[in-house]
Amino acid sequence: MSTEGLLWVDKHRPSTFSELSYHSVLTKNLQSLSNTEVPHLLFYGPSGAGKRTRVHCVLRALFGQVVEKKKVVHRTLKVETKQIEVTTVASAHHIEVNPSESGNNDRLVVQELIKDMASSAPLDMKKSLKVIVLHDVDQMSQLAQQALRRTMERYSKTCRVIMVAESITKVLEPLRSRCLGIRVALPSKSDIGVVLQSVAHKEGITLPDALVQRIAETSGRNLRRALLQFEATRVSVGALELPSDAQVMLGDWEYVCQDLAVMLTRSQTAHQLIAVRKKLQELLAHAVPGDVILRRLLEEILRIADDEICPEICRVAAKFDRNLTKGTKPIFHLEAFAARFMQIYAAFLKQQAAMMD
Amino acid sequence: MKEAAAQLWVEKYRPRAVSEVAHQEEVVATLQKAVKEPAGRGDLPHLLLYGPPGTGKTSTALALCRDLFGPQHYRSRVLELNASDERGIKVVRDKIKVFAQIAVVSNVNTKGPDGKTYPCPPYKIIILDEADAITRDAQTALRRTMEVYSRVTRFIIICNYVSRIIGPLASRCAKFRFNPLPMDAMKGHMRRIAKDEGVKVSDETLKFLIHSSDGDLRKAINTMQSAHRMQSDTDLDMDSISAAACLVPPSVVAAFDKATTAKGHTNTSVRKAVDEILSEGYSPIQLLAQYADRLNRRTQSEGVSKMNDMQKASLALVIASAEKALIDGCDEKIQLYDVASSISRIAHAPEDIQVLKVV
Repeated sequence: MSTEGLLWVDKHRPSTFSELSYHSVLTKNLQSLSNTEVPHLLFYGPSGAGKRTRVHCVLRALFGQVVEKKKVVHRTLKVETKQIEVTTVASAHHIEVNPSESGNNDRLVVQELIKDMASSAPLDMKKSLKVIVLHDVDQMSQLAQQALRRTMERYSKTCRVIMVAESITKVLEPLRSRCLGIRVALPSKSDIGVVLQSVAHKEGITLPDALVQRIAETSGRNLRRALLQFEATRVSVGALELPSDAQVMLGDWEYVCQDLAVMLTRSQTAHQLIAVRKKLQELLAHAVPGDVILRRLLEEILRIADDEICPEICRVAAKFDRNLTKGTKPIFHLEAFAARFMQIYAAFLKQQAAMMD
Repeated sequence: MKEAAAQLWVEKYRPRAVSEVAHQEEVVATLQKAVKEPAGRGDLPHLLLYGPPGTGKTSTALALCRDLFGPQHYRSRVLELNASDERGIKVVRDKIKVFAQIAVVSNVNTKGPDGKTYPCPPYKIIILDEADAITRDAQTALRRTMEVYSRVTRFIIICNYVSRIIGPLASRCAKFRFNPLPMDAMKGHMRRIAKDEGVKVSDETLKFLIHSSDGDLRKAINTMQSAHRMQSDTDLDMDSISAAACLVPPSVVAAFDKATTAKGHTNTSVRKAVDEILSEGYSPIQLLAQYADRLNRRTQSEGVSKMNDMQKASLALVIASAEKALIDGCDEKIQLYDVASSISRIAHAPEDIQVLKVV
């Protein structure tokens, strides 16, 4: 496979167990699983922890090099009057689907496509199993998850399901109890450092330790993000030797959130609120989801606000987070949070001033 | 790969006959009587089996059919529909009704290939598994079908929540409630499987396993199988059970407790503890559930301040609202920050509970 033009994240993605660098206990367990009998698996953990990479390694260990030959297949399902487009990635032994992409029709995808695949015996009789990989299971609707229940049990002789989810909170309990849960934690900062250095070595780049430290810090232990930031930094510097004070690139929206937090603490007037609102609207117009803005804004605020009022801010944020999830217009709730924070902060400042006198 | 090895224990040890069903004595006795009745009279009513997951509803229904028809006629007499099948109003009208209409020959008391005699009464059985997921419209369409063809067809409706079944359907069935399995019944069952499969497990670990599965036998068996896979050469321990059951290990819950209530913590350190838990990928809902459990049972332990009933009660409120929010799809970090900082606030200011109500 040609690696020209690939992002480093993809180019240096490990494909066998021996190439995985961190979580060595987990790797050992997965290895011994792949050697014997594989149960249904449920990989869960935060984004950027390496769930898919590990799924791929399991497939590779089960079926060998063949799974690298993947092809993308577009299928059209016809159910009654509906037509549903499904995109699958398949090799001779496995197939990957993301049912939640079909939105409300995900139940039909499970009922038609997955049941169909699960119930037909694998072509190659030497390998008595075939594997269905389901991505973003936590995004699937309840009905679709219900539909998976019996399918997983009934065809367990010929078929294994590997599910990938960010959080198991939204995976139905009956599904969870049918799988072996595999928790993939985020790599530690030093793990990230090791990976970054090895990539730098392969790319022939000198990467000073101080910069590694800073990338590991800003990435929030998300390896994918760390690698992307590293590559972005490398591009913006434009040389093979990176200076240790090179700026680590963040997303534009993150800078805006930082600004917002500063604005909110600087003055608490109606005038300021209007300025804040403009920025919030700008963020939303650039398709940053409301809950992401709220979380980031909260993080930035907590970083600069005084320790005493933090619990109250968290409490207020939790409330507006609930409203935001239920409501349909994020701007109202974000603005309400900003206004409420101003109120808390102004009261706090007043109290401080009174104590000084 | 050996055929037997690839099988799930849940399927392998699924009861084959009604008499093998664990614990549900009342149901078993009634159904066994129905099987042994002079056959041909067909006096099995429509059945509605309900109860929490993993208590043996589906197993009982399948075993009953096997007892009645034997392997020979099983395929032609039983139609099993579950949530993996399309069950809208159209299917009720076409598939179910058509199957229900077919008359059957009364070949009473046939000998199966295994030499046993099966009653083989002159009716067919339609099993509607996971019936909670059948729409109201489709259920309504079933009403008349159930009555009209009751001479040749019996329905077994299986669901978790009886309230999801519309009244007219429920009233046409004999209802059987399946209770969560008590500790002893589970223990006997699990011990037997452990012995057959060569799993080494201590009594204490088994107790922890059963406790964590809340009377759900399937969950317990699955957990044991998963844990056994991960750790086949040594005795099972609590950590491998927690990992296999997607639980938060007790040590992490204890650390969370300590981080939020121990003396000398700051709001920043509380949030750091939350960040740590989230980046390890533990499930926040699971954490809340286990924390609440711990909170109820807690007495004064080392480094953790004691709480009175009022404090516990107000914390329960905070946890409940966070749980609801998480189920609704709220942000895990924000909600956990709220819970953690509320815990620390309540733990240190027993008289300050009123503050929490104001948002």
